[in-house]
Amino acid sequence: MILEKIANLIEEHTGCDAASIKEDTTFESLGIDSLDTVEMVMQLEEELGIEIELEEKMSTVGELAKFIEAKMG
Amino acid sequence: MLKGKTALVTGASRGIGRAIALKFAEEGADIAVLYAGNAEKAREVAAKAAEYGVKAQAFQCDVSDFAAAAQTVDAVKNAFGTIDILVNNAGITKDGLVMSMKEEAFDSVIATNLKGAFNMIRHCTPVFVRRRSGRIINISSVAGLLGNPGQANYAASKAGLVGLTKSVARELASRGITCNAIAPGFIQTDMTENITQDNPLMSRIPLGRVGQPEEVAALAAFLASDAAGYITGEVIRVDGGLAM
Ligand SMILES: NC(=O)c1ccc[n+]([C@@H]2O[C@H](COP(=O)([O-])OP(=O)(O)OC[C@H]3O[C@@H](n4cnc5c(N)ncnc54)[C@H](OP(=O)(O)O)[C@@H]3O)[C@@H](O)[C@H]2O)c1
Repeated sequence: MILEKIANLIEEHTGCDAASIKEDTTFESLGIDSLDTVEMVMQLEEELGIEIELEEKMSTVGELAKFIEAKMG
Repeated sequence: MLKGKTALVTGASRGIGRAIALKFAEEGADIAVLYAGNAEKAREVAAKAAEYGVKAQAFQCDVSDFAAAAQTVDAVKNAFGTIDILVNNAGITKDGLVMSMKEEAFDSVIATNLKGAFNMIRHCTPVFVRRRSGRIINISSVAGLLGNPGQANYAASKAGLVGLTKSVARELASRGITCNAIAPGFIQTDMTENITQDNPLMSRIPLGRVGQPEEVAALAAFLASDAAGYITGEVIRVDGGLAM
């Protein structure tokens, strides 16, 4: 479900098709840089009402989804 | 030059910050006048700014307090709808020889002058990034460029602002945000009230006089305007030639 949320955010940001985004899709291949990632995470924080501190660089959509799921407990 | 923009100016109750707030208002910007303790002076500045037909409001905010900075940025966003321009002007001095400088004198000057700017940048940039535009202007000092005996804390904070300015400029350039610093020399304000025209320092200033807050404000207004869109990561002196 988080993966879906992220995919939708990416669609909003880049205009690419959310359905084409898989767990192993890299942000780089989507043309998303670290600033975009932080921006999306901040949007997710608002939507989910949680605080997400990105400690490490995420390279795939799946990694970010897993990280956030872990934060949500 | 700034019509329709919203500007947040820290330390705008007096001196250089006051001049910047009033100049921005004259140029058509709505103004959030931030102050630390001088509520009355801040309200005076807001009232004077409003005479230019813009929206102006005073906000109490100790910039060295991370949480207070966040709350104030939120309050300004709520009051004005958005923020386009951030001026980090709040600053203090606690001069003393390094050999006998109290730890508190070092920490508090860094906390207000350097961390205060970080705090405001930290909380304003999410707005700027989302809007793909923004202007950040940090008020440094020639003391940060040259060093100054008796001002190890102050000069360190002002040199720190230069590194902060350039890093933020690089980090956010791709989002249409510019970040520049102004390094004033001797400007006539409360901070320099004991430096008079017969001070030996005057002979080191090629233009032979102290500067006025309005002379710093004029540059700030230009840097905040669309006309300065291709300038970022720059440190510009307004010092009568002192540090050239
Ligand atoms: N004057 C000069 O020659 C000169 C030269 C180079 C650089 N500068 C720099 O220019 C800036 C303005 O200087 P100035 O001469 O106009 O100073 P000033 O007349 O002493 O005014 C200082 C301003 O900063 C505010 N302030 C102080 N501590 C604060 C805090 N913790 N949080 C929020 N606001 C705080 C004060 O608010 P309250 O009124 O509420 O106390 C006041 O509005 C400073 O950063 C200074 O270092 C000045």
